[in-house]
Amino acid sequence: MILSALHKEGVEIIFGFPGGAVLPLYDALYDDPIRHLLVRHEQAAVHAADGYARVTGKPGVVFATSGPGATNLVTGIANAYMDSVPLVLITGQVAKSFIGTDAFQEADITGITIPVTKHNYLIKDAAELPGVLSEAFYIASSGRRGPVLIDVPKDVFDQEAPFEYDVHCEIPGYKPTYEGHAGQVSRAVKAIRSSKKPVIFGGGGLIRSEASGALRELADTARIPVVLSLMGLGAYPGDSELFLGMPGMHGSVTANYALTEADLIIASGVRFDDRVTGKLESFAQNAKIIHIDIDPAEIGKNVAIDIPIVGDVRMVLEEINRKLRPGETAAWLKQISAWQQQFPMPTGSLSANGGLKPQFVIRELSRLSGENTIVSTDVGQHQMWSAQHFIVREPGTFLTSGGLGTMGYGFPAAIGAKLAAPDKRVICISGDGSFQMNIQELATAVHNDLDLTIALINNQYLGMVRQWQDIFFDKRYSYTSMKGSPDFVRVAEAYGAKGLRASTSEEATAAIEQAMQLKGPVLIDFVVDPEENVYPMVAPNHPINDIIIGGEQ
Amino acid sequence: MKHVLAILVENKPGALTRVSGLFSRRGFNIENIAVGETVTPGIARMTITVEGSEALIEQVAKQLHKLINVIRVSNLSAEPAVMRELMLIKVRAEIGNRSDIQQIVETFRGKVVDVSPNSMVIEVTGNEEKMEAIKLLLQHYGIMEIVRTGKIALLRGSKVLRDY
Repeated sequence: MILSALHKEGVEIIFGFPGGAVLPLYDALYDDPIRHLLVRHEQAAVHAADGYARVTGKPGVVFATSGPGATNLVTGIANAYMDSVPLVLITGQVAKSFIGTDAFQEADITGITIPVTKHNYLIKDAAELPGVLSEAFYIASSGRRGPVLIDVPKDVFDQEAPFEYDVHCEIPGYKPTYEGHAGQVSRAVKAIRSSKKPVIFGGGGLIRSEASGALRELADTARIPVVLSLMGLGAYPGDSELFLGMPGMHGSVTANYALTEADLIIASGVRFDDRVTGKLESFAQNAKIIHIDIDPAEIGKNVAIDIPIVGDVRMVLEEINRKLRPGETAAWLKQISAWQQQFPMPTGSLSANGGLKPQFVIRELSRLSGENTIVSTDVGQHQMWSAQHFIVREPGTFLTSGGLGTMGYGFPAAIGAKLAAPDKRVICISGDGSFQMNIQELATAVHNDLDLTIALINNQYLGMVRQWQDIFFDKRYSYTSMKGSPDFVRVAEAYGAKGLRASTSEEATAAIEQAMQLKGPVLIDFVVDPEENVYPMVAPNHPINDIIIGGEQ
Repeated sequence: MKHVLAILVENKPGALTRVSGLFSRRGFNIENIAVGETVTPGIARMTITVEGSEALIEQVAKQLHKLINVIRVSNLSAEPAVMRELMLIKVRAEIGNRSDIQQIVETFRGKVVDVSPNSMVIEVTGNEEKMEAIKLLLQHYGIMEIVRTGKIALLRGSKVLRDY
């Protein structure tokens, strides 16, 4: 019955890991045409489904068993929840009569995941299943996207019930607003027309609502520069002259100066995260702020808003575009271009220990991988260098854990992305810390013969934590050394993948060129300068124009 | 300032947990809470008192709206509303002071609902000030136990909260 519903929803692939409580479900899967990707740890199933969903825009589907199978999903669910990724997760539960008895492999997964799901269900009768499944897909993939979990007791899988499936459903307490309020849209248009120093600040909402086209039209017609949050990268071409980079803690100087000096900020599908705003009291003091978001709770949550517009960001931007005129922003753009000249993105300090620069590796990956590429990252220094130096051109081609900052996200997400887009090149940029959090998925990648490249930025430290210890804790490197890590090339080879190593710039370029030609999973171990720091940097809770530009460039 | 929120929810398993859990995890403090059925089958009404600024209450209401089971959230403090709470107080009472206590109870339009050789149980309904006032007076005799329902409220006039 569950599989019939998945067929009706057009599900092509399930990410999962079997176990006792889902035996009946996996038995049904045995001769079903739907594809199932077997991971090596349930957390990887969620991240892979998340990567798949970010690329396709469709909900990722996950199966896991009760107890530890379900609790292993939690980090992945929380990650998807923070980044508004649509997922439908089906977990097995102990049989109904055992619920509440501390039975073998019992965990209250609906209770555990209430704070990190958009909604969840515990099924008590198979007759509920069709209705709940259709609600789950609808809730996950409408409004502000998010994960929905359905917990199914083992005996319910075996229960017979009539199957009538309706993909359209009505839920009394759930009615997302898509169209922006006409009066507010007019106010926004007026504000844009009268602005001399406007900036578009876009985020992940642009990607989820497929608003890139509308954004390009707005920016290009009215000549408004664009900054994109980490989640928004790709919503506007990273090589466009109007693109200023990412703002915030490790954002470009120009993006931060532009937000600080702007007289109008058009915030589109963003949530004013603390990593972007820095000290709230001094954020964008000179600007009127238009905030377009599908989630009313995001509007006014962190920053006071002058023109709030609740709605789908694509629909609202299209509405604004209909009334748009070419803007008079030449003087402002001249100022911005002066900042860009003055503060290019630092490419690595000379004073550090020499050796291969991680920034150089990312730039080479960007240069050599071509336009038809999806990048996933893990979390830490390599993630910020990727955001700064990898040119992202298309929406849904930069996958990263933004809100939760989950180490271990990148590699399984790359696996999901490759399955979502087999014709695209997929590169996972990871670190030696993050990669070891889901290194077991090498088996999944090899088993399924997936063509993907793992670019390991190996600095033998938990680099971002070490950087903070360097700057804020007097270089007391408490437990951030990754000494004891394995030889990653040999690990890759042991799994049956290919392994390459590069310790100089020349070797790095050659290894990337070689990897691009190879089939199957390839790991490149880039042995980089261990004490390189990510700059520019805004210290936490500082104004975002108070920037540490960073060492000698 | 204290705000009284009326929340209509689908009466499904876990709905109460979802609402109360949201308050604690977003750092909002529930002062008191009352839950019961409404005139529509399957819909329950929660009345929650929260202390906080206008901005905080707006954020509370928006976050509540995001819960799938929540149908409507209304801040009743913003409009004229009837608000009541019921309190039962067990107070120490000997033969000698029973009639004094009785007089206090009558003044507050309360009721004596149980009497034992050395205690009385008193029922009072009303607003918060009334509850505090009678508590203060009865303290003199020795309050043994108190139980309160939490505040419930309805808008004055014919206006109702739509449950669809």
